[in-house]
Amino acid sequence: MNTEAILQSIIASLPEIFVLLTACLLLLTDLLLKGRRVDLIANLSILVILIAATLSFMLEAYPNYFVSGPADSSLINNSLVYNPLIYNGMFITDPYSFFFKLIFYLTTMITILLSNQYIKMEGEAHSEFFIMLLFALCGMMIMASATDLISIYVGLELLALSLYVLTGFIKHSERSIESALKYLILSAIATCLMLYGASLFYGLCGTTQLDGITESLTTPPTTTTTTTDPAIILASLFLIAGFAFKIAAVPFHMWAPDVYEGAPTPITAFMSVGSMAAGFAVMLRVFAHALLPLSDIWLLIFATISLATMAVGSFVALVQTNIKRLLAYSSIAHAGFALLGLVAGGENGVASVMFYLLIYAFMSLGIFSVVIIMKTQHSPNELIDDYSGLSKHHSVLALLMLLFLFSLTGIPPTAGFMAKLYIIVALINEGYFLLAVAAVLFSAIAAFFYLRIVMLMYMRETNQKLELDKHLTLQLSLAITGIATLGIGLFPDWFLGLAMRSVL
Amino acid sequence: MSIPILSMIIFFPLTGAIALLFIHSTTQIKWFSLFICVLDLMLTILLIHNFDPNTYNMQFRESHQWIPTLNIRYSLGVDGISILFVFLTALVGWVCVLASWQSIEHRLKEFMITILVMQTCMLGVFCSLDFVLFFLFWEAMLIPMYLIIGVWGGKNRIYAAFKFFLYTLAGGLLFLVGIVVLYFAGGKTFDILALMDSHFSFQTQVWVFLAFFIGFAIKVPMFPFHTWLPDAHVQAPTAGSIILAGVLLKMGAYGFLRFSLPMLPQASQYFAPMMLVLSVVAIIYGGYLALAQDDLKKLVAYSSISHMGVVTLGLFVFNLRGLEGGILQMFNHGITTSALFLFVGLIYERTHTRSINDYGGLMKLIPVYTTFFALFTLASMALPGTNTFIGELLVLSGTFVDNKWFAAFAVMGAMLSAAYLLSMFKNVALGTVTNTNLTNIEDVNARELLAIISLAFFVIWIGLYPSPFLNLMHVSVEHLLLQAGSMPEVMQEAMVNEY
Repeated sequence: MNTEAILQSIIASLPEIFVLLTACLLLLTDLLLKGRRVDLIANLSILVILIAATLSFMLEAYPNYFVSGPADSSLINNSLVYNPLIYNGMFITDPYSFFFKLIFYLTTMITILLSNQYIKMEGEAHSEFFIMLLFALCGMMIMASATDLISIYVGLELLALSLYVLTGFIKHSERSIESALKYLILSAIATCLMLYGASLFYGLCGTTQLDGITESLTTPPTTTTTTTDPAIILASLFLIAGFAFKIAAVPFHMWAPDVYEGAPTPITAFMSVGSMAAGFAVMLRVFAHALLPLSDIWLLIFATISLATMAVGSFVALVQTNIKRLLAYSSIAHAGFALLGLVAGGENGVASVMFYLLIYAFMSLGIFSVVIIMKTQHSPNELIDDYSGLSKHHSVLALLMLLFLFSLTGIPPTAGFMAKLYIIVALINEGYFLLAVAAVLFSAIAAFFYLRIVMLMYMRETNQKLELDKHLTLQLSLAITGIATLGIGLFPDWFLGLAMRSVL
Repeated sequence: MSIPILSMIIFFPLTGAIALLFIHSTTQIKWFSLFICVLDLMLTILLIHNFDPNTYNMQFRESHQWIPTLNIRYSLGVDGISILFVFLTALVGWVCVLASWQSIEHRLKEFMITILVMQTCMLGVFCSLDFVLFFLFWEAMLIPMYLIIGVWGGKNRIYAAFKFFLYTLAGGLLFLVGIVVLYFAGGKTFDILALMDSHFSFQTQVWVFLAFFIGFAIKVPMFPFHTWLPDAHVQAPTAGSIILAGVLLKMGAYGFLRFSLPMLPQASQYFAPMMLVLSVVAIIYGGYLALAQDDLKKLVAYSSISHMGVVTLGLFVFNLRGLEGGILQMFNHGITTSALFLFVGLIYERTHTRSINDYGGLMKLIPVYTTFFALFTLASMALPGTNTFIGELLVLSGTFVDNKWFAAFAVMGAMLSAAYLLSMFKNVALGTVTNTNLTNIEDVNARELLAIISLAFFVIWIGLYPSPFLNLMHVSVEHLLLQAGSMPEVMQEAMVNEY
């Protein structure tokens, strides 16, 4: 790499570099402050995310500003040309990654808002919590931008390593430690599978670069035999297994309920939204784009996986008594639904998954905000029965919960309906009628357990009044997610257009 | 028209519901809700006054960009068919508020809010000319209805609410898949009018018809999708039952005649025998079930199934009289069954029992109540001179032209309805007073009488002079028949046999 390429690389990956460096800086700051100013670090983390979001936006909207600077500026070499594909083709800054980064910024920011009060209540108020979140954010950003199996792996590991720490953050809780260990072991195995698949692809195609793989798969003489070649099938299977783990798709979903239940609730929210979206970002880029020539192999597999995922998610959720486990199965069911967009493929299919993930981020973070508000000093109130009679004393909270629950069910005029509608549109556009019918029937089954919570909140009486601490940060996150859930449901056009413009 | 009158009618109750959030006194809440409903009713009367019955075109059109990416528009309009139901909905709205005046004791504010939100959704369904907008109102309705049944219902309300919600949701989602199939088959548009004009291949029509059929048949409800109805009706509070019977059940039938008939004409013809058989089965089976009921509300609920069978029978005989009779019967059923549920609710408020065996001799105790109860019972069994007679006569004569056997079976249903309604009336109102608890019972008060009379007015009016109503829909129905592509000779014959 010459100087020009290095400069180009730095410019196009400025947000990632910024997040990583400031996270390290914050770590040092915390050391100097002897860990006393947790709130300050939390606020600074939000600031970091806002700046990184601005940088991403600038790169997306005015890329030339960075290479030439403001007019007549001679700060930077004027001969430099902006190049989005950097680090020798391992990393790209395109609209697609920008869309996903928006979801990640949003998720991380709301997670920080949710955590502040939570970790204090748990007696684990350490600023490393927020700094690890920033590292996780950086990992997700790399995943969204990665165009090489190696850089995908780097992003994946950065995210996973941060999450191991974060899930086990409540040191005095056995459940938390247990979930961290479970996550570590299972995630390590999944990563191994994925790496093995990647190495097979390297052996077969001579490159780990995604475009290179596509090229080698479509160049004769390999084209005629690729989809029946056992080595290629095996390699694809390993990749699918590795990624399916990330989005908790059946049969690699076993970890989700245990980890979701044990992890600190804000981290559960973060994983169910951010980690899943990052998994989808990689999957869409790898399968719907790079490995498109192999669609004969993966299409049927993904169709089966998505049906099985919806079935398991919807049916098993029916019998849950813990809200976090229930939401784990609900997020499994939603991952299954979103996968259908990948099966549909094409521009509409990819855009429908992206739109779905954006909306899912809002409604899922919203519902986790309620779950976190429900936690009091004495009791976590994590049982579904704890929601009995909530509407009586906390009518606004219950109303918001109702909004999020109906959005997850997919009832208009909430955003969840629009998300499902677009996936169905994409499916039928490609002629998958039966899949569309199966998908809607599963979501009718899933409606049952969302309704049950509404039933408890509105139709059961309770004598005890919960004394809830509605901290300002929690209210803020409820307001953001609530307005978005209703707002996108009523006026989805701008977001729909954004998703469509950001397709690969 | 520059004034968006339809939007006003639709969203007026919703703004009212939002305003209710800031009102705290119980009396004010009641009067404010009533005010909203009456004003909305006034607006619909104004709408009918300005309506031109001589064209089948949609009137009072409003059309704005909503989601251009998927070509979804905010598009409203009414024709001679939908305007009837807009009016019916507004009428039922104010009856509901009056019926809940005293019967709702806890969470009155939330109740009135859900009723008003419900009004907005129902009015929206009948005015929408865009499939997604239509579906939005259609499904959004589930939320308030679920709460009405589940929060203010009877002892077994939670089971009933779940059953109602899940049944209707499953049907609705299949309907949505059908909509999206039409979207692509019709050249990427959700515009209902444009889809009416496009022609779909027979295969597409068949599949979409089946998807629509499940969605609508659950809503009507047709046999064998009717099992949610008795539960929902019995458990719902009076106002909930009135909304269910008065408007919600009409939506399934409205779906058939707004979408299935004009958009999928060949499939409709193809499936007509099935629809006719199911209708006749519903008429007779519903009637027999009603015959066996002891619970007043259950009896009226099963009679609804039977009467809605008459409606679907009329829709699928493909002639003018059948269709007009079916549509008129939808309106009639909305009036009479709402009234019967109101009567059951009124007596239940006073005695807290719905069992027919607990009553007897009400005529002597509460004569005004019983007189009007008699009127609506007779109307429900289609006594000449009442509204239902006209509707049923049209449907039966239309069916007779199409198929004598179906007509014969349907007449049997009419006889059954006379049997169960008369025996109910005899056991409740006539004879001697056997239950001592009844002696102190109060007759209807002015507020209740107002609600009753507003419904009774239409029973008599349509019964004696139905042509204003038939004229309102006549041109639209003729156009619908043309779209449904019924054979020209059937068309002509129907024209010749003009009543």
